[in-house]
Amino acid sequence: MGTYWKKNQQRLAPWLFLAPGIAMFALYVIIPIFQSMNISFYEWDGLGDRTWVGMNNYVELMDDEAFYTSLKNNVIWLVLYMLAIPAGLFVALFLNQTVRGIRIYKSLFFFPFVISQVVVGLVFSWFYDPSFGLLNIALMSLGFEAIPVLADETWVTYGIIAAGLWPQTAYCMILYLTGLNAVDPEQIEAARLDNAKGLKMLWYVVLPQLKPATFIAVVVTVIGALRSFDLVSIMTDGGPWGSSRVLAFYMYEQAFGEYGFRMGYGAAIAVILFLIMMVYISAFLFKMYRDEKGR
Amino acid sequence: MFPTPIEKTSPASQWIYKVALPIALILWLLPLLAVAMTSVRSAGDINAGNYWGWPTSFNLMANYTAIFENTPIGQYIMNSFKVTIPTVIGAVALSCMTGFALGVYKFKANLLLFFMFVAGNFVPFQILMVPVRDLTLNMGLYNTISGLALFHIAFQTGFCTLFMRNFIKALPFELIEAARVEGVSEIRIFWFVVIPLMRPAIAALSVLIFTFIWNDYFWATVLTQGAETQPITAGLYSLNGQWVAAWHLVSAGSIVAALPPVLMFFLMQKHFIAGLTLGAVK
Repeated sequence: MGTYWKKNQQRLAPWLFLAPGIAMFALYVIIPIFQSMNISFYEWDGLGDRTWVGMNNYVELMDDEAFYTSLKNNVIWLVLYMLAIPAGLFVALFLNQTVRGIRIYKSLFFFPFVISQVVVGLVFSWFYDPSFGLLNIALMSLGFEAIPVLADETWVTYGIIAAGLWPQTAYCMILYLTGLNAVDPEQIEAARLDNAKGLKMLWYVVLPQLKPATFIAVVVTVIGALRSFDLVSIMTDGGPWGSSRVLAFYMYEQAFGEYGFRMGYGAAIAVILFLIMMVYISAFLFKMYRDEKGR
Repeated sequence: MFPTPIEKTSPASQWIYKVALPIALILWLLPLLAVAMTSVRSAGDINAGNYWGWPTSFNLMANYTAIFENTPIGQYIMNSFKVTIPTVIGAVALSCMTGFALGVYKFKANLLLFFMFVAGNFVPFQILMVPVRDLTLNMGLYNTISGLALFHIAFQTGFCTLFMRNFIKALPFELIEAARVEGVSEIRIFWFVVIPLMRPAIAALSVLIFTFIWNDYFWATVLTQGAETQPITAGLYSLNGQWVAAWHLVSAGSIVAALPPVLMFFLMQKHFIAGLTLGAVK
């Protein structure tokens, strides 16, 4: 090997190791973000010529009923998905014991997260089925009327979110179980001597120590809520009458849907979704930056 | 330990806990148990609306053989493996290198590049969809397994780099310094000093990525079509369209689709959880 390499290898080596990763990531992730932004200023069917339309796609969005429905549903998703965090904590506290066989229980509780959302969606569509689904059998045996959850405009989004909360709660549970493992036993004992118990202990002694777990749980839950595409596509295909659309799904529908390929309009929706996500990504990066500097 | 260990509580609450545990589990997994039950029912049961009673006959073999014989589910599963395994190898290999570069060397753009990988890993898929589909079309890889796998490798590199870099950063740096003093080249340090220490991280990432990619549905629908190339997630969706009201078949198909990641999880549980919870404790 040449003397130049020998002299400079500590300066060159990182770039050598980074090159393939950066090339792939730039090609498939970084550059497409900017391309999408660019496409959002065009009218384009994906095949023929593009026509520059400036801000027209965005202006059209402002008047698009379906866009507002999707946006509203995204907000509902974001808010209700957060329930996975306390629910996960609750399950974790329930399972944080050392009785026989508890390890098996923990892994079985985690099960829903491992299986595909396609399967989760199918399972729940079936659970909600108006004629023989378990939900409606239960409702009717209690004397209520059956609700065709997935065909009802008022219930459909909540029904899909409930399906999504199932694996998401499992995810938060595992984060908290790991967090609880690392809680300092001495602090707990000291607090016990001071007569701290139950909820007070949880709030003042345990939760502060679970902060890293809570942070990760919030991050993955927000991302999960904004990425909600699979369940909507499988359970309702956006219906009934588009009432369960979310931005991620509406974008797909516009770009590749049955109504023709409107790539520019779809890209504009994606840009809006990206900007919403960017708020969270920036907060995450900011926290990471602070942690890095604090080391 | 919090909450109070159950052994230290009254016999009554110990007893309640022991009973509550299996009940809670059954309720939690009820949807899945129902699917498992349905997958062994006969078509007669389904038509008669017997979804929740005892099955009139157990058709385990018949139903599962039927889905493999009458549908391309075997092909879908093969496709899933063909996409998933190269992705795991590719993304882990790339991120071993990027993680090493970002975790070991100090240079100006280090943190900026690291943040690029982290941020990219969180972006919504839809902002990538149109250009990535276009790129794949132009490369002649649309509706091929390699086209799908290439995208997955690139995208997963973001998450894997985050993971690997933090893992390497926590390794004892003295090992690398000592090797440098000995005059070992940087490439040999990577291969002979760092890689052996990264084995647990590699194992954790592999199971995690396997599950993520196996369960991917969105990209499968964007980049592939038809039974020749589609993985099981997309396949299950189209089969669901064909099997209207044949819930015993839908259930059997769902179970088959869920099996590989579930097995992976049970075999590699420790690694899986270590991977998922990275950063949840510090």
